[in-house]
Amino acid sequence: MRYTFQFSGVWDRLDLLFAGAWATIQLSALSMLIGLGVGVVCARVLTHGPKPLRLVVRAYVETIRNTPLLVQLFLIFFGLPSLGVRLTADAAALITLSVNLGAYSTEIVRAGLDAVHRSQIEAGEALAMTPFQVFRYVVLPPALEKVYPALASQFVLTMLASSIVSAISAEELTSAANLIQSQTFRSFEVYIVVGIAYLLLAFLFRGLFLLLGLAAFPRRRRDFLAGTRA
Amino acid sequence: MIRTFSFGDFVFLLEAARWTLGLTLIAALGGGLIGLGFALMRISRWRALRAVASLYIQVIQGTPLLILLFLFYFGLDIMGLRLPAIVSAALGLVLYASSFLAEIWRGCLESIPRAQWEAAEALALTSWQRMRHVILPQAVRIAIPPTVGFLVQIVKNTSLTAIIGFVELSRAGQLVNNATFQPFAVFLTVAAIYFAICFPLSEASQRLERKLNVAGR
Repeated sequence: MRYTFQFSGVWDRLDLLFAGAWATIQLSALSMLIGLGVGVVCARVLTHGPKPLRLVVRAYVETIRNTPLLVQLFLIFFGLPSLGVRLTADAAALITLSVNLGAYSTEIVRAGLDAVHRSQIEAGEALAMTPFQVFRYVVLPPALEKVYPALASQFVLTMLASSIVSAISAEELTSAANLIQSQTFRSFEVYIVVGIAYLLLAFLFRGLFLLLGLAAFPRRRRDFLAGTRA
Repeated sequence: MIRTFSFGDFVFLLEAARWTLGLTLIAALGGGLIGLGFALMRISRWRALRAVASLYIQVIQGTPLLILLFLFYFGLDIMGLRLPAIVSAALGLVLYASSFLAEIWRGCLESIPRAQWEAAEALALTSWQRMRHVILPQAVRIAIPPTVGFLVQIVKNTSLTAIIGFVELSRAGQLVNNATFQPFAVFLTVAAIYFAICFPLSEASQRLERKLNVAGR
């Protein structure tokens, strides 16, 4: 093997990589927010909604979970315009990732809702809470707390999967890498650097989710502090 | 010349789907073999082995599969190896599958009650015999549902090899779309074929899990 690694071409365009990483952070953070919202609503429908609506949600979840993200992306970006809906690459990327994550978080949140004990709900009802109040204040917080680790790891997977939207040249880290690659022809070097960047991003998101979990859930905080003292 | 999406195209997609299945098989077998090794390392007595396995899993799971595929695709190239795209596709998928299977199986191995290990030791079994005759047979039972579930992830992720130019189902969809320019029909068909492969696997995984839970082990 006679190959001289040259990273200088990559370092010269570090600004592009930083912009790409920032776009990846924004894209995945937005998808996480929307995806979680979709997941909470759909999970509620699955546990309490009317039957026809439940079937729609089931169909949505199963369809998304059993088809590749890439094909979903192609359908939304290339397919929708033929039905008269024209989207920019960035919008198509955000919609696809949110719809995709929505299906996965529906399953996760539903598991959390199922785990909340019946007597808790009855206690809420006995306090004359409306069904919405019971859901919002009694059922949802402990449900989310219970499935928080699963949600967090699904979120990190979505961040990594966001690299796939480079296939339609939406703006993010892998697209930035593709651009640099086409200008410098230093493909291997570029993707090594970007691979490390993703590792750091995954690390960053995991750390953030740990802190967020501690901030949001007192029980988690208490267990964590007890764990570090022990 | 633009033509319409025809039955011939559908057959072409089905033929390409064989590559999707083939890649899945390669990734599952190769990834399973390497993954088992790392799963055993993760529960090893030696700290160094555990650390190496943990680092491997963290690094592979923290890198997008697409980047792994690019690294193999361009990496083999600069080593002077001009190999067909399936080689980089297979290597990337094997690595990806091995890291996830290692974690899944580690969990299964660790879920075997401590007493089973101790009982095997009390019978003076060697560590190999203990693994082979006591732990693995029980762990395999627990491991089947999540492993079948992970097969679905592998099937779906083989679609990424389309981006490095390997002609499997998704790439075939792109090719048909380029010729017919009916993206909605073409990609809906592609999605339906993936669904036909993945849905039975997902269902089987859930059913096996329920069955195992009812049996109460």
